[in-house]
Amino acid sequence: MSTEPQSGPGISGDDSLEAAHERNRRIRRLLFGCAAVTVVTTVAIFLVLFDNAASYFFGARISEMLFAGEAVERTVSFVEFFTGTRWAPAHATPAHGVLPIVWGTLAITIGAGLVSIPIGTATALYLSEYASTGTRNKLKPILEVLAGIPTIVYGYFAISFVTPILVDGIATDILNPIGSGLDSISHLAPVLLEPVSAWMLGASVGRYSMLAGIVVVGTMTIPMVSSISEDAMQAVPDDLRNGAYALGATKYQVSTRIVLPAAVSGIFASYILALSRAIGETMAVTLAAGFNPTLTVNPFDEIMTMTAYLVSMARGTSAVGTVEYQSLFAVGLLLFLLTLTMNLLNDRLKQRFQEEYR
Amino acid sequence: MSSNTTNERTTGESTSETEGLSDDTIIETDISVGPDSSRTTGRPNTIVSADSLDVYYGDDRALSDVTIEIPEHRVTAMIGPSGCGKSTFLRSINRMNDRIPSAHVDGALSFRGKNVYDEDVDPVALRRKIGQVFQSPNPFPKSIYDNVAYGLRVQGKADDVDLDDAVERALRGAALWDEVKDQLDESGLDLSGGQQQRLCIARAIATDPEVILMDEPTSALDPVAASKIEDLIDELVEKYTVIIVTHNMQQAARISDKTAVFLTGGELVEFDDTARIFENPDDDRVEDYITGKFG
Repeated sequence: MSTEPQSGPGISGDDSLEAAHERNRRIRRLLFGCAAVTVVTTVAIFLVLFDNAASYFFGARISEMLFAGEAVERTVSFVEFFTGTRWAPAHATPAHGVLPIVWGTLAITIGAGLVSIPIGTATALYLSEYASTGTRNKLKPILEVLAGIPTIVYGYFAISFVTPILVDGIATDILNPIGSGLDSISHLAPVLLEPVSAWMLGASVGRYSMLAGIVVVGTMTIPMVSSISEDAMQAVPDDLRNGAYALGATKYQVSTRIVLPAAVSGIFASYILALSRAIGETMAVTLAAGFNPTLTVNPFDEIMTMTAYLVSMARGTSAVGTVEYQSLFAVGLLLFLLTLTMNLLNDRLKQRFQEEYR
Repeated sequence: MSSNTTNERTTGESTSETEGLSDDTIIETDISVGPDSSRTTGRPNTIVSADSLDVYYGDDRALSDVTIEIPEHRVTAMIGPSGCGKSTFLRSINRMNDRIPSAHVDGALSFRGKNVYDEDVDPVALRRKIGQVFQSPNPFPKSIYDNVAYGLRVQGKADDVDLDDAVERALRGAALWDEVKDQLDESGLDLSGGQQQRLCIARAIATDPEVILMDEPTSALDPVAASKIEDLIDELVEKYTVIIVTHNMQQAARISDKTAVFLTGGELVEFDDTARIFENPDDDRVEDYITGKFG
């Protein structure tokens, strides 16, 4: 035995190495556990929403139907829910058409996008391509502070500034005078001008309005668009800019024909994020746009978003088990599916517009 | 500095050619009227010249008192150790140095007798006369066709010319046409490194500049691809003036008519015919550098 040469000297495991491997495995389990918490939470939220939403439509939760043998009875029909145009689950004569509050959310989201996407993109382009390094280093933190303001503060900003000064100013100082001007000449083309002048003359603002919601949510999502878009533009290699400048391109041509196309995937991602934020936005939009579920395109009308409905219901005036209580989960599930769709859209766009430069 | 070239400037040509540099006439196309001189006979005109040129980055002096006259329709090589300022000189010619906020220029640097740092010179117009090819190939993330057409489009010339024809001519001029004619719609980034660099050359010559600056154009390429670029430079110089920065002394010896040797401190030590620089330089430091004793 002793004369036999030892094979592979020093590469067999020993106890101290085995202890190191054991530590490794424990760390691995710990890290996995942390990652699992988020996954489990997401799945659990979805299941609870789904389970409770079922009771809104079928009179009992899925779990009750499966395990407690509760009878299935149709309470609210899907047809009424998805096509009805009046939303009043808690009213004496209840109505369960979800369209008005879905429209409220969509109106705010589209309007906010019309505010934040152009302004945010232009801001990003200015910071990335036009501003000097010093200016950029000063401006970027300010924009990020804007993103960090609590949304309830934006809500008070809406109540105390946007609605009384901006929105009411537009209605009474701009639209009403134009409306009276139009009214005086409306006999020239009554079919065309009379409805317009009547609308302008009638423009007035209460405490809440769609326009105030759009302005506030649009403003609060600008930094999201500008910050992420600017990061995407900064990631475009300077080699590409140099190549274009050396061909006699102007700064504007380099920005629009080289930087924007090369950064398009990151820029779109910022749009989707901003729109998702607008869909899910709650406090500011509730305080700005109000609690009246209306299918309207008049920006001066009070509307209600899905999130605002959830807030009004969550104040706790409806008893557990009532239809209006159950409607909370149906609307919540719908909202969840809406933002989930946006996230999936974001992933698809990312694949579609991979950064092409290397 | 020892023996500069002593060519007279053709002042008549200079004034008419440099008018295109001012802001109001940036879309000028009368480039082909430049004097045609054979590479071996006759005295070429000076196209780019520097007179006591200093370039600073902040307080650091990158170029020191450079005086040089670069001949038209020739290949002029700039060699020297890293940090000697040869690339800075190149970037000063088409004012790409303007993109570096701390860069600052003293003295004169002239294109056809007009100081490109004069107030009335628009760098955008200047760069439309002086193309550049960079160290690592930098095609745009666009199709091969759009890469070549880009210069014509941004210069507003795309409507005046047959774009398909201009793209084909530029690609032929860059010896790339036969390799890519069936894939013009594919991304320029799908080409090999050497093809990408020739695409960048095609992009530069599509707008018919007068001078092409090349900043170590083969240093990121394999020897075969590099040799194709070298052959191409030999052809380009019939229509254009080529100024090339290179780390590769054999390359400078092979392809250039004139060689400028910069040494540390941003000093132009010697400028002469390439054969003379490599066989019998005046300055001992140049001889040391070329024979590898220094640098």
